[in-house]
Amino acid sequence: MIMAKAKPLEEILSYLEGFQRILVLGCNGCVAVCEAGGLKEAEVLASALRIQNMQAGDRRDIQELSLTRQCDKEYLAELKDKMDNYDAVVSLACGAGVQFMAEMYTEKPIFPGVDTCFIGVTEEQGVWTERCQACGQCILAETGGICPIMRCAKRMMNGPCGGSEKGKCEISVLVGRDVDCGWHLIFERLKKLGQIGRFAEPALDKDWTLSRDGGPRLIIREDVRP
Amino acid sequence: MRLSYPTNIRIIKVPCTGRVAIIHLLKAFEKGADGVFVAGCLEGDCHYQSGNLRAKKRVAYARRLLASIGVDPERLAMYNLSAGMGPRFAEIAREMTAKIRELGPFLQPSGRTAAPQATAA
Repeated sequence: MIMAKAKPLEEILSYLEGFQRILVLGCNGCVAVCEAGGLKEAEVLASALRIQNMQAGDRRDIQELSLTRQCDKEYLAELKDKMDNYDAVVSLACGAGVQFMAEMYTEKPIFPGVDTCFIGVTEEQGVWTERCQACGQCILAETGGICPIMRCAKRMMNGPCGGSEKGKCEISVLVGRDVDCGWHLIFERLKKLGQIGRFAEPALDKDWTLSRDGGPRLIIREDVRP
Repeated sequence: MRLSYPTNIRIIKVPCTGRVAIIHLLKAFEKGADGVFVAGCLEGDCHYQSGNLRAKKRVAYARRLLASIGVDPERLAMYNLSAGMGPRFAEIAREMTAKIRELGPFLQPSGRTAAPQATAA
């Protein structure tokens, strides 16, 4: 799922200067699971903005709503009759949702309420970690189900670099916590699976045009199109 | 025990402070409370094991949230006491009320007197 974290309130407040009628719009998809942008978080943000507003002696109208998802037009369309009531929207969806809102409601400023972080998993309640960078050409079959593109800061394709020490990546120093070397993990896993032969042959060149190098990506499925 | 404590406190009962969400704390301020305190069981004595510890974290989070919107975080507090500590409850109620009175009304300008709200479990 897509993981996000709430933006600092001060930043959100700075976007909203000069707007009177504000909608805080949650998304009940991924960002609700990582407790950054669902209905619960939309309610808290709207309430905090109202308190700030009361303190400042303003008479802004701040409301909250949450859509099933903000990455599908049919859910965004639910707002069609309501958008006239607002001057600006703070969307708590991921970057995709914010942009889709902005594309559908071109007359209204749509501000992001969260920082979209990564595609990841829930390790435990309150702890989320990255797993996928959506490179467009999955190589997990050759790497024991551990992704070197996401794990390795250098995106090495054929084993660890010289910065790998005792199973940890050299960026550990930079980020201030122990980061596993992806290739160390892959080696250990392939050893367990009896697939160590993978290292005898270099990996085929990766087509990075399927990743970000190819610009914005697109999937068209004629079989499922109406 | 016929203990007396400030009459401007409104008590909102919850089964356990673990039920108290951030939004409940904020709503109290939105509805005009000048201060809020959460009265949970003693740490280690939660009937549901960790309800009061969860509440402690949420109160801490809400205090940071309040600070970021310019509200003195001292207006929100958590206390721990058992159901058998009536005198302590009255004492906390007086203590909190005095603190909020010192901070003054939450909204400016306002002629209202301080009215701290309490959430007890």
